[in-house]
Amino acid sequence: MPEKDLPHNHSKHESSKDDDFEVVIGLEVHAELATKTKLFSDSANHFGDEPNTNIDPVCLGLPGSLPVLNKRAVELSIRVGIALGSTISPCTFARKNYFYPDMPKNFQTSQYDQPLNVGGSLTLASGKKIGITRAHLEEDTGKITHIGGGGRIHDAKYCLIDYNRAGVPLLEIVSEPEISSGEEAREYVKELRAILVAVEASDGKMEEGSLRVDTNISVRKKGEVELGVRTEIKNVNSLRSLLRAVEFETKRHISAIQAGEELRQETRHFNEDTGETHPLRSKEDDMDYRYFPEPDLVPLDPDEKWVEEIREQMPALPTEKRVRLKEASGADDSVIALLVSRGVDDLVDATIQAGADAAQTIKLAEQNLSDGAGKLEADAFLKVVNMLQAGELSATQVKAVLTEVIENGVDPKQVAESMGFEAMDEGELEGLVEQVISQNPDEWERYKGGDQKLVGFFVGQMMKLTQGKADGKVVTAMLSKKAAN
Amino acid sequence: METALQIASAIKAGEASAVEVTQKHLALAKENEDLGVFLNLMEEDALATAKRIDETPDSDKQNLGPLAGVPVALKDNLCTEAVETTCASKILSGWRPPYDASVVKKLKQSDAVIIGKTNLDEFAMGSSTENSAFFPTRNPRNPEYVPGGSSGGSAAAVAAGFSPIALGSDTGGSIRQPAALCGVVGMKPTYGRVSRYGLIAFASSLDQIGPFTTDVSDAALMLQVIGGHDENDSTSIPDATPDYLESLKDQDISNLKVGVVRELSQGVSPDVSARLKEAADVLAAAGCGVEEVSVPATKYGLSAYYLIAPAEASSNLSRYDGVRYGLRETADNAEEMNIATRTKGFGDEVKRRIMLGTFALSSGYYDDYYVKAQRVRTLTINDFATAYEKFDVLLSPTSPFTAFKFGEKTADPLAMYLCDACTIPSSLAGHPAISVPFGVGDNDMPVGIQVLAPALGEMNIFRISSVLEREAPI
Repeated sequence: MPEKDLPHNHSKHESSKDDDFEVVIGLEVHAELATKTKLFSDSANHFGDEPNTNIDPVCLGLPGSLPVLNKRAVELSIRVGIALGSTISPCTFARKNYFYPDMPKNFQTSQYDQPLNVGGSLTLASGKKIGITRAHLEEDTGKITHIGGGGRIHDAKYCLIDYNRAGVPLLEIVSEPEISSGEEAREYVKELRAILVAVEASDGKMEEGSLRVDTNISVRKKGEVELGVRTEIKNVNSLRSLLRAVEFETKRHISAIQAGEELRQETRHFNEDTGETHPLRSKEDDMDYRYFPEPDLVPLDPDEKWVEEIREQMPALPTEKRVRLKEASGADDSVIALLVSRGVDDLVDATIQAGADAAQTIKLAEQNLSDGAGKLEADAFLKVVNMLQAGELSATQVKAVLTEVIENGVDPKQVAESMGFEAMDEGELEGLVEQVISQNPDEWERYKGGDQKLVGFFVGQMMKLTQGKADGKVVTAMLSKKAAN
Repeated sequence: METALQIASAIKAGEASAVEVTQKHLALAKENEDLGVFLNLMEEDALATAKRIDETPDSDKQNLGPLAGVPVALKDNLCTEAVETTCASKILSGWRPPYDASVVKKLKQSDAVIIGKTNLDEFAMGSSTENSAFFPTRNPRNPEYVPGGSSGGSAAAVAAGFSPIALGSDTGGSIRQPAALCGVVGMKPTYGRVSRYGLIAFASSLDQIGPFTTDVSDAALMLQVIGGHDENDSTSIPDATPDYLESLKDQDISNLKVGVVRELSQGVSPDVSARLKEAADVLAAAGCGVEEVSVPATKYGLSAYYLIAPAEASSNLSRYDGVRYGLRETADNAEEMNIATRTKGFGDEVKRRIMLGTFALSSGYYDDYYVKAQRVRTLTINDFATAYEKFDVLLSPTSPFTAFKFGEKTADPLAMYLCDACTIPSSLAGHPAISVPFGVGDNDMPVGIQVLAPALGEMNIFRISSVLEREAPI
């Protein structure tokens, strides 16, 4: 179909400016819950395994199989509900019926008119509160890969289906349409992710699909009460994409309104490469899901005592964690928020409490723990920080040691030793610096003449010579001292 | 014909050989292959199991399970590990489940000998076993007549003496009605009493597994074996299964009040009506208080059932799409493949019910059909509750008429649906009910009397029906 999507392609005779419009956004965030097993069966819930290995009769929808609700998934959902101030409610499951090859039963077991968590809100850093409509449990589908054609089902030559993901528990958190910019949408997802990670409900990894965002967006003239025509954007796989998608779509809506074109209520697909959205299906194509109560499951009425127990055992929430880490470290708010969202703040806090230098600990965590702390514990982290402080390890060596400890939980001293990382004697280092200078007289002259770019060259030569054992900073200091003489 | 209790007791006492018992039953089944009872006679497996039982040292035989060496036939909608399970449908032809249904596990633990998988109406949808995709089953009493359905194969297996017990499934009468038509005992337990794990779903909120037996004691024994909580079935009842056999020792039923349900006794054929009257008289003579009672909502049972059951079926049967198992027709794309597979794989009655159910759940019709039918269901439960305030059990015919001939009702689905008018109400309520043979009708085919009770009232059902069995006209 002809595309009239380009945001700059609007009429010159516009009667209103972009500033006259406001965007209204509501988000549906699907979070994969960090349970050991699936929502209705005991296969492992684990990302990245060999395809079709985490499967069983229930999640494959084999004839005769029946679902049994995973209690842990309910518990984690209740934690999220408590964190968002939702009312934990008696609820039921329903069947959402539609045919698709990644759906083993050709219906999805989900919550429909009676969700577990009702209402609530999420407070952004700005202090603005975004209302939460509901957060309900449902099962994930399998993962389908279309081979050949355009990578879509209709013209694909064949497709491969991995059912490892089928039946993985999802919590769908639906916000009220109260978000008013792409930046705010990003803030909302960031904070929601921090909450999910803090209460250990999800690992929140957007790149692995643990967190998926559907964006509902509409535009209206400022001051109007009625909402504009709504589109839903799918395939938004990172915070950056979320921002880009919202910005593109906002402009598209405004342009259409200004040009007097009719917007269609439809689902659109975000293209990462072009930064544009394209129609996926219109409302008229919407399937009739024929929801009805799931007869294979009984209603779920969380016992008040149980909810109280969960409430009492709730881990600290991001706001509290940020305050705690701020007090412990005095670091910048943005770095603190980052560490909290990664779920490494407790470790950093404990390491500092154990006596590590706060600034150095924060810096190491920021640079090396982007994927979580793995098997790194506070006492080991303390050793690493101290070794760095004492000059026993160079910055390059610290990275290597930490990677090893994060992965295998081994003792950092032993790792450093086995990697041959030992403190280099300053005298020895000085000798080597002189050797490098004498081997590269031209470069040395240019450096002395003020060409600072050559610092990198000399440090590089030193690293080569010492196999990374030299401390770059010390070498730099020596070079400038020698040049000044 | 020996009962399960007799066979198990002889084998445990070392007086009989399981292999000989199995061979005898298998031979009978093979001689009468033209009855169309088995879709798969599991000779080798059965003899291997029997041999293992015989190899138990005599000193240990008393420790064998309650069904030691007893041949059992299974309706072919119960999953059996590595053994083809078809639901009598082309769409599942060749499918071998990787697991046993919970009831099959229990049978194996009880040292039963599974001899085969029996014929049924495709996906348990029908009342004559004429809807099997493979071949019809004939009534052993007179092969010109249907055995009823949908568990016609299991009913016929017991009636023909191929096995003293068989398992079936009952959604709206699929155990009780064929039991009545074949002249055997057929029991539908309380919903949740027996785990449904491994029973291929027709209508999940109604399906229940139950036994066919030659007498009431065996039915009690079977329910003890297959009943009980199963963590794999969320709708399974946590209560322990009582000792039903023990309760049968008390033959005095004079403390029980029996209500004959007016709505379910109207419009039935005169010969069946006459047997019902005689059954009521038998119970009155045994000292029960017997009265007529009205349970008004039972009139609407059939209508509600034919919305709820197809609605659930339309969803349950969605999984047969050619993607993962069973039949797959080739086509240009996934959607066409789904359509071609389902068009070829399902029979007419299954398609009819999928369409009915899809319609009943559709946006704009859901409230008028599905929701309203669920209200009738609630009303049925309430009306039964009122009746059970006064009565311990209720009585009705199992089927409005005795067995009919092949093709007699196939042209008119509504006439076929009427077969289940008396059995559906207790299914909607989730209540237990039994069909006990009680004389014959004008065509010399058996009549079944239905005994109903409130949820978990199986004990009283067994006590009443064992008296009916004892006093039944020959």
